[in-house]
Amino acid sequence: MSTDLEQFYEIFFEESSELLADMEACLLRLDVNSPDLEDLNAIFRAAHSIKGGAGTFGFTDMTETTHMLETLLDKLRKGELEVRSEMIDAFLKAGDVIKEQLSAHRGEGQANPEAATAICEELKRLSEDANVKKVEESPVNTNASTAFVPKEKTISSTESQSKPADNIEEYTHSYCIEFSNRGINDTEIQNLFTNLKLLGALEANTSDNLDEICKLTLKTSNCEEDVWEALAFVVDPTKLTIREAVLVDKIEETNLEGKIIINENLLIGKDGITETNTTAITSDYGFFPEAPSAPKLIEDHVINENLQQPSITGTKNEGQATLSKSSSKINTAPSSSEASSIRVSVEKVDQMINLVGELVITQAMLAQTASQFDPVVFEKLHSGMNQLERNTRDLQESVMSIRMMPISFVFSRYPRVVRDLASKLSKQVELKTVGENTELDKSLIEKIADPLTHLVRNSLDHGIETPEKRIAAGKPAQGTITLRAFHQGGSIVIEVSDDGAGLNRGRILAKAIERGLSVHDGMTDQEVWSLIFEAGFSTAEAITDVSGRGVGMDVVKRNIQSLGGRIDIESIFGMGTRISIRLPLTLAILDGLSVTVGDQMFIVPLNYITESLQPRVSDIKTVSGQGKVVQVRGEYLPVIALYEIFNLRPNVTAVHEGILVILEAEGHKAALFVDDLVGQHQVVIKSLESNYRRVQGISGATIMGDGKVALILDTTALVLASQQEAA
Amino acid sequence: MAKTILAVDDSASIRQMVSFTLKNAGYEVIEAVDGQDALDKANVHAVNLVLTDINMPRMDGLKLLELLRNLSHYKTIPILMLTTESGDEIKAKGRAAGATGWLVKPFDPKRLLEVIKKVIG
Repeated sequence: MSTDLEQFYEIFFEESSELLADMEACLLRLDVNSPDLEDLNAIFRAAHSIKGGAGTFGFTDMTETTHMLETLLDKLRKGELEVRSEMIDAFLKAGDVIKEQLSAHRGEGQANPEAATAICEELKRLSEDANVKKVEESPVNTNASTAFVPKEKTISSTESQSKPADNIEEYTHSYCIEFSNRGINDTEIQNLFTNLKLLGALEANTSDNLDEICKLTLKTSNCEEDVWEALAFVVDPTKLTIREAVLVDKIEETNLEGKIIINENLLIGKDGITETNTTAITSDYGFFPEAPSAPKLIEDHVINENLQQPSITGTKNEGQATLSKSSSKINTAPSSSEASSIRVSVEKVDQMINLVGELVITQAMLAQTASQFDPVVFEKLHSGMNQLERNTRDLQESVMSIRMMPISFVFSRYPRVVRDLASKLSKQVELKTVGENTELDKSLIEKIADPLTHLVRNSLDHGIETPEKRIAAGKPAQGTITLRAFHQGGSIVIEVSDDGAGLNRGRILAKAIERGLSVHDGMTDQEVWSLIFEAGFSTAEAITDVSGRGVGMDVVKRNIQSLGGRIDIESIFGMGTRISIRLPLTLAILDGLSVTVGDQMFIVPLNYITESLQPRVSDIKTVSGQGKVVQVRGEYLPVIALYEIFNLRPNVTAVHEGILVILEAEGHKAALFVDDLVGQHQVVIKSLESNYRRVQGISGATIMGDGKVALILDTTALVLASQQEAA
Repeated sequence: MAKTILAVDDSASIRQMVSFTLKNAGYEVIEAVDGQDALDKANVHAVNLVLTDINMPRMDGLKLLELLRNLSHYKTIPILMLTTESGDEIKAKGRAAGATGWLVKPFDPKRLLEVIKKVIG
């Protein structure tokens, strides 16, 4: 029977990534001065779980790193060692290394073995601070005690063979020896036993014929290496284990003296620490003799198939100590929600969304056909159609909600970014996050992370001043960067704001002139700020490795725009900067109002519509050079005539004969002049760009119920264009 | 009738692996994500063997062992603990809590089956 472990890799990778993220979050909120035991336990458990999985699936490099991490963490949570901030740094670094190893196993990127070794060393050093303390308290170090034993004893102890059992205490060590006697003949075994008896008292031996495992207990004053040497001549060293042990359970000891089979269960490494060289090869399972429903003991006790693993001789490896004391505490961490959730691949969800999209189109088509039938005669048809519409809408909403994820998935990475960067730049920065539970589409979550990281780094590097400068400016030494997310209309707004130096208008203008951009002093602040989105624009006085090369803001803007979003800057010199990103909630579906101009149908996103009206002739004015405006409730709004923009032949050209749809976007209003309103629809957005090409003023297209294509208006662009015209 | 095994582990990957292996070998498997979940499930399902991890959130394996042994119908059901530490302290603790035996993680599926077969056939 063989199980292909590879099928579980993917879930292990996902699980580990999540655990690493959890671990990092816990580490970042850990207060070095009064660490929360819950957090320490949670961090420990994360490392522990990753180690377990990595071991099972054979990712040894990860096992090693997590092991070191676990060792130190275990000491911390047991209070054997004080938490220090250098440890947090080391943990974070270790987390990064494991992350790298993980992606390397995933086939993405390269692991860096040197970094892994370095961090293992670092963790080892940190955790050994505790060892030193411990050893001072109780000097039970194996090496230390063997050093006291004079070598001469090896030769002189022939009489030990006859030594009575009650003298056993005279020996300083007790070793459990296991080896495979495969390929060793009886004479050799006998010789071996004689040799061992020279070293001390050979207590008992059993030979499991079935598994060809020979088990001995040797009580001796010699060190492990001597025992090893005695055995290694005869026995295959890779199938040999020697474990130093003391018997802890005195009652059991007297009862079962000499029966290693049972003693084995109660053997404990001298200082509570079992060496890896033994743990790696000793029994990997067993049963407790008196336990309920334990199988017949004698033959089942230990089967040692792990012997084929290379064993490590003697004391060379004692650094990799496994702590046997761990996991004794009851861990009460916040309960996992896993029990009530399932994992589904994104492709499946996407496929479902696509299908629902098609269903919506079909439903719309049916609705349109059905509307031609007399509602009195076909009453049932109509009520059925209404029900279908409701159900389709509900279905669509719930399917869409599957893709929605809280923005905390993105926000959670920034405490680390800020922490690292702040210490690098020696600035004091506090990161606040607001509205972490705001949900947005998963695809947006993934794509927003990079631009947002860039903005946060920029804020920290260019925005927040050094503590000295801040104090001089009368501000608290610690700067604040706030990440805020909230819904507004059909959009999600993500803001990155800081209370730093703010943008310097003069410097930006000077830089723009230097770069030959066309600027003038009469530009509004908004226009000046938008200059920093020009490629290669940087006003940083010194280029740091953090930011300042001017690569980025243009890329950020492009990324946001490609998501159908918009980016705005507000800044007051000396007070701070706020950059807000406005994104559509989802990229797939849109509530729209369909309007006609001539024989063309357009969809206006409902979120931007405040009202629709038929204006009176007296409300319409023509301002010379600025086109038409309409007075709506005392406000003059520019009129956007769609037929002019798209060069269509409309049914009506006089504004008062048609319909005005009042749009509001980016704080500006405009009136969209169309022939007629058709109805409200939920439309599935199809990219015009990928099917045709980008068209100014159009954000996408959709297929209507009758199979015709309708274009979706880019309302924001239209409104802004009308504002510019008017300005 | 197929025998039922309650597999308890907070790690989804290990749980899946265990479950897959056991199901392939013809056992019924009930999965639980931690001690508390396992206890709840143990109360409503008839189980022939419990396989539990030790280090878990909410309720660890040792506590689970203890509580299970307090239930009349779990007095004699074999309970195996899966542990990352092969140290003896943990074994002693498991034994005190009423474990039938232990299996050291990482283990390979073959080994798991071998142990289970020894206990419940």
